[in-house]
Amino acid sequence: MTTQHNDSLLRFMTCGSVDDGKSTLIGRLLFDTKSILADTLTQMDRTSKKRGLEVVDLSLLTDGLQAEREQGITIDVAYRYFSTGTRKYIIADAPGHEQYTRNMVTAASTANLAIILIDARKGVLTQTRRHSFLAQLVGIPHIVVAINKMDLVDFDQATFEKIKADYLSFAEQIGLQRAGRDIQVVPLSALTGDMLVDRGDAMNWYQGPTMLELLESAPAAHSEQNEPFRFPVQFVCRPHASDDKDLHDFRGFMGRVESGEIAVGDAVTVLPNGYTSKVKAIQLGEEQLQNAITEQSVTLLLEDEIDTSRGDMIVKSDQAPEPVKQISGMVCWLSETPLSTARTYIIRNTTRESKAKVGAIEYKVDVNTLEQSEAQGLVMNDIAKINFKLAQPLMVDSYSKNRATGAFIMIDESTNNTVGAGMII
Amino acid sequence: MTTANKTTLSHLDWLEAEAIHILREVAGQCSNPVLLFSGGKDSLCILRLAEKAFRPGRFPFPLMHIDTGHNYKEVIEFRDQRAAELGERLIVRSVEDSMKRGTVVLKSEDESRNKHQSVTLLEAIEEFGFDCCIGGARRDEEKARAKERIMSFRDEFGQWDPKNQRPELWNLYNARSHKGENIRAFPISNWTEMDVWQYIERENLGLPSIYFAHQRDVVMRAGSIVPVNVPLASSELINQPKAGEEIINMEVRFRTVGDITCTAPVISDADTISKIVLETATTTITERGATRLDDQTSDASMEQRKKEGYF
Repeated sequence: MTTQHNDSLLRFMTCGSVDDGKSTLIGRLLFDTKSILADTLTQMDRTSKKRGLEVVDLSLLTDGLQAEREQGITIDVAYRYFSTGTRKYIIADAPGHEQYTRNMVTAASTANLAIILIDARKGVLTQTRRHSFLAQLVGIPHIVVAINKMDLVDFDQATFEKIKADYLSFAEQIGLQRAGRDIQVVPLSALTGDMLVDRGDAMNWYQGPTMLELLESAPAAHSEQNEPFRFPVQFVCRPHASDDKDLHDFRGFMGRVESGEIAVGDAVTVLPNGYTSKVKAIQLGEEQLQNAITEQSVTLLLEDEIDTSRGDMIVKSDQAPEPVKQISGMVCWLSETPLSTARTYIIRNTTRESKAKVGAIEYKVDVNTLEQSEAQGLVMNDIAKINFKLAQPLMVDSYSKNRATGAFIMIDESTNNTVGAGMII
Repeated sequence: MTTANKTTLSHLDWLEAEAIHILREVAGQCSNPVLLFSGGKDSLCILRLAEKAFRPGRFPFPLMHIDTGHNYKEVIEFRDQRAAELGERLIVRSVEDSMKRGTVVLKSEDESRNKHQSVTLLEAIEEFGFDCCIGGARRDEEKARAKERIMSFRDEFGQWDPKNQRPELWNLYNARSHKGENIRAFPISNWTEMDVWQYIERENLGLPSIYFAHQRDVVMRAGSIVPVNVPLASSELINQPKAGEEIINMEVRFRTVGDITCTAPVISDADTISKIVLETATTTITERGATRLDDQTSDASMEQRKKEGYF
């Protein structure tokens, strides 16, 4: 492992069930990039032998918690890490079964690329459609369809081409390719490793990139769209009690650039009040920056004294969104307690919260058939289009334009649980 | 100091920005948080991140260490020195006080106090009314951590229930809690051991001397290197060799520091941070596998301890 200078980071997710060889695929990626250390391998080897296997079962690497092992299933999203020397990767590994829609949505929320696994013996299945729909819903810009277990169909090109054509026609049907979403299809065998990290020599008919090459070349998050500057204020720094007299008037707005970029001198507006000013300074620790870019956490100082607190948003004056008191979004229900249309929930969007009432459930979507139907309420794993009335204005963008400012969670105040995940239309 | 314009974030920049964001979310959402600080490398990274997150202001939380009384004195001295340099408040609560109160009862005199830290931690949380503890745990450390949330919910008994964790989507963290409940926040969840060392190197952070190669008396016990006759601050020696064990003087360093009775060093001649980075890149053993004597008992031992309120 030579991991001296990773110059970027990619977050991706894997969709599939145990049967598709998902755990083997992750195990193989980690193994072939030399990210599994000897003691872990020894432990896996011991467990494999105990279970009567002759070779090390790479899927053991992603074996879960005791509670899950007892039930033989995966119940939660697990995060794994590996790096290649040029890139660091964070894998969100989510169970693919229907009843875990909420876990897939959770994993997808931070992913910039999704690997959708298809068993070469079975082709496009209902679950493939479900995974693709969810990847689209949660706005993952890059899709890699991995047609796995090619070793079990004699590495047959015709089988691959048929599944590829089936998938692309289905993708067309659900509009997966819209909004510049990029779909790649790659044949592989996670078990033998062909076309994963190494090309192998069983599929010389395939000229495209290997799985790892696709991961290495996928654009980083936020790099492909020109997004407006959005800076939700997390915390205000006023060290007026400090011994340092120069700091008595210091007023720093601390937050993370959720999208776009900002430079010293830019004209800004603070929402929802609409005060305007200019950026006087940008700081990161002791460093004075000339500009700040997407995903950077900084402190902004403005030319004018403006009363600003957590939950406000600093934007460029010529890109200011209109604060709204009604929103409409696709919601995935996450809680075992069903949604009650009679109740009030808290909606959190960036650092801002508002009480919200469910105005109407427009329709519910069947994640398998993609059919829409009427609904009076929602239970866990349901996905529906809902209109909300808000007590406080929110500064939102549509999710398809901006994942950071278009996303919200719903919180049940009585339990403080996160009960819903929403994407603004 | 003015820095040239950036156009993309390196992986360390990204991890740093994420951790600063998490620290500020804790400050923005919780009314009485605390930062757990042991003097170890992970918590030293978090102190650096807190400086970047909150300076020129004071930290919006005190620092706290739960001391088993069996920590390396080099680490304890470093802990105190660092807190003083930063001018931040350091609270120390000790397992020995819990033993005096009778809330910690050891099965035998030489039983490790490490797992009993949970009791002292919960007592301190109650004493100060903390609603959030910030810690340096990483998801790459151990299987039971791979599914841990960045904001992890603990009930009134400090228990972690893997089946009752809040879904965590995008970077919308939910750190709400009712009175008596508690959030554990992990700003460096997504860091690996390598990231930690690369960050220490980049930021030029100071560390307790035992992270660097040094000569030490050890014995080999059940395949592990066990440091012996270790002086405590009180100059009492702990970890006496057992009858028949041969004391060897070896060049070693610690990859992780913690309670003396359950932390083992590794053979190493890495005496600078850049040599440690290189060694970390080429090691074949995981951090906990090589150095934690308490995780080897069973496949699920960390999971079990976390359920009981361990960090």
